Amino acid sequence: MMTSLHNRMADLNNEEVIRYSRHVIMPEVGIEGQRRLKASNVLLIGTGGLGSPLALYLAAAGIGRIGLVDYDVVDFTNLQRQVIHGVSTVGLSKLDSAAQRMLDLNPDIAVVKYNEPLTSENAEGIFSQGWDIVIDGTDNFPTRYLVNDACVKLGIPNVYGSIFRFEGQLSVFYAESGPCYRCMFPEPPPPGLVPSCAEGGVLGILPGTIGTMQATEAIKLLLGIGEPMIGRMLLYDALEMSFQTIKVRKDPDCPVCSIDKADLVLIDYEQFCGMPAHDHSEFSAVDDARELEINSVSVHDVRAALENGRDVLVVDVRDPHEWDISAINGTLRIPKPDIQLAKNGIQAGRKLWEETILKGMPKDKTLYVHCRSGKRSADSIAMLSEIGYSLDKMFNVEGGILAWADEIDPEMPKY
Amino acid sequence: MASIRIPTPLRAYTGGASNIDVAGATVGEALMNLVEAHPDLRVHLFNADELRSFVNIFIDDEDIRFMQGLDTEIAASDSLRIIPSIAGGGMFALSLMEWK
Repeated sequence: MMTSLHNRMADLNNEEVIRYSRHVIMPEVGIEGQRRLKASNVLLIGTGGLGSPLALYLAAAGIGRIGLVDYDVVDFTNLQRQVIHGVSTVGLSKLDSAAQRMLDLNPDIAVVKYNEPLTSENAEGIFSQGWDIVIDGTDNFPTRYLVNDACVKLGIPNVYGSIFRFEGQLSVFYAESGPCYRCMFPEPPPPGLVPSCAEGGVLGILPGTIGTMQATEAIKLLLGIGEPMIGRMLLYDALEMSFQTIKVRKDPDCPVCSIDKADLVLIDYEQFCGMPAHDHSEFSAVDDARELEINSVSVHDVRAALENGRDVLVVDVRDPHEWDISAINGTLRIPKPDIQLAKNGIQAGRKLWEETILKGMPKDKTLYVHCRSGKRSADSIAMLSEIGYSLDKMFNVEGGILAWADEIDPEMPKY
Repeated sequence: MASIRIPTPLRAYTGGASNIDVAGATVGEALMNLVEAHPDLRVHLFNADELRSFVNIFIDDEDIRFMQGLDTEIAASDSLRIIPSIAGGGMFALSLMEWK
């Protein structure tokens, strides 16, 4: 049993008393607890699989102020698990899509939107805007370490949930009274040992299961009821329908929560993890593509190659949501982050990547590689050159798809 | 023999097996027997003979780091568990589906 994280109360109007009556009639919540929830501030990192049930249930429960951090737009393939969004909001920012649904469910709450990727530069600023709890609903290691370290520094509990295929994990990392994420996972696996979702995937219901449990833990912490998951981790296996709880102990030598908060510096977590945190990231495991002599071709060469059926593969390394905006027909599409993963994996000795991500791209083919304007494609060529692709057979498409729109297809939308 | 529970991300290297019985008087011996039987697992668990720092081994609900590490003695009735570091998400899920 622990006490509530804060002692603020906000008044409820008559309509709110009716709305929350199923809460209010429980002695563990009561009018006082509901007023406490209304005066609470919860920040959600991510409005995807985990963030969807979190945002819906926390809004419905009457958390007075809910913050959302995300930079992404709703994609059709999100709808398998990200149930806060819908067909009508595909293409909209996830923040606007989520906020719209939350305010429809409960117009009495306030939603604060941070339309940006969480970074070491902005995390402290965002986290210090009055949040009682941060909930980690992210999908990658760099952001998880960042969320943990920023929460430790600012003394905020971090309600952790993570998912993979049919398995989920749940814990509350609160360094003020227990261990932090780094006590359990001091450092991330090297990139080559991290399965991508292409290898993994996730049961669409799984983030629903874990996300609703994260929401439960948040409510418990705010009301000061029950036994929070501090110092414990729940392991859930959907196939076995098994739940096991293990102990998580505070590491007295933890590099993050054992040191003075003033000395705790948020580092470059992409560098720390050796992988990008998000698909807008500039992070590249290649130090400098500009030092390589990379051949180039024009968009006219690309058109000629596609029209003449020459033995050339045109590869589009932009992100999937960009393909939806505009794309050249007949290209092979592999986002740069996947090439990065494949490179890291192959360098760590995993053949699997060659057989999956790079399957459609034989080394003896001539490759014309393009992105939006030409930078990511050059980086991709540099990475491929490190894993057996010849620089003589790879050509960077000058000006990328923007040049194609200017010179070949004036009707193509530019972005 | 003690049993070791293999988490989903590592089942690709155990032929899909989720629970494997292994001989051994200590956690270290049991894990060595495990990676001998499933050599592809070795790189995920060990760096040379050292257990990788992101690999968490539990006996029932207790972390071996807070027992005697790889020297922790085990009984045949013990259940060992490898706790994976997972990040979740769908960041790279599209590329395989959208190949032309």
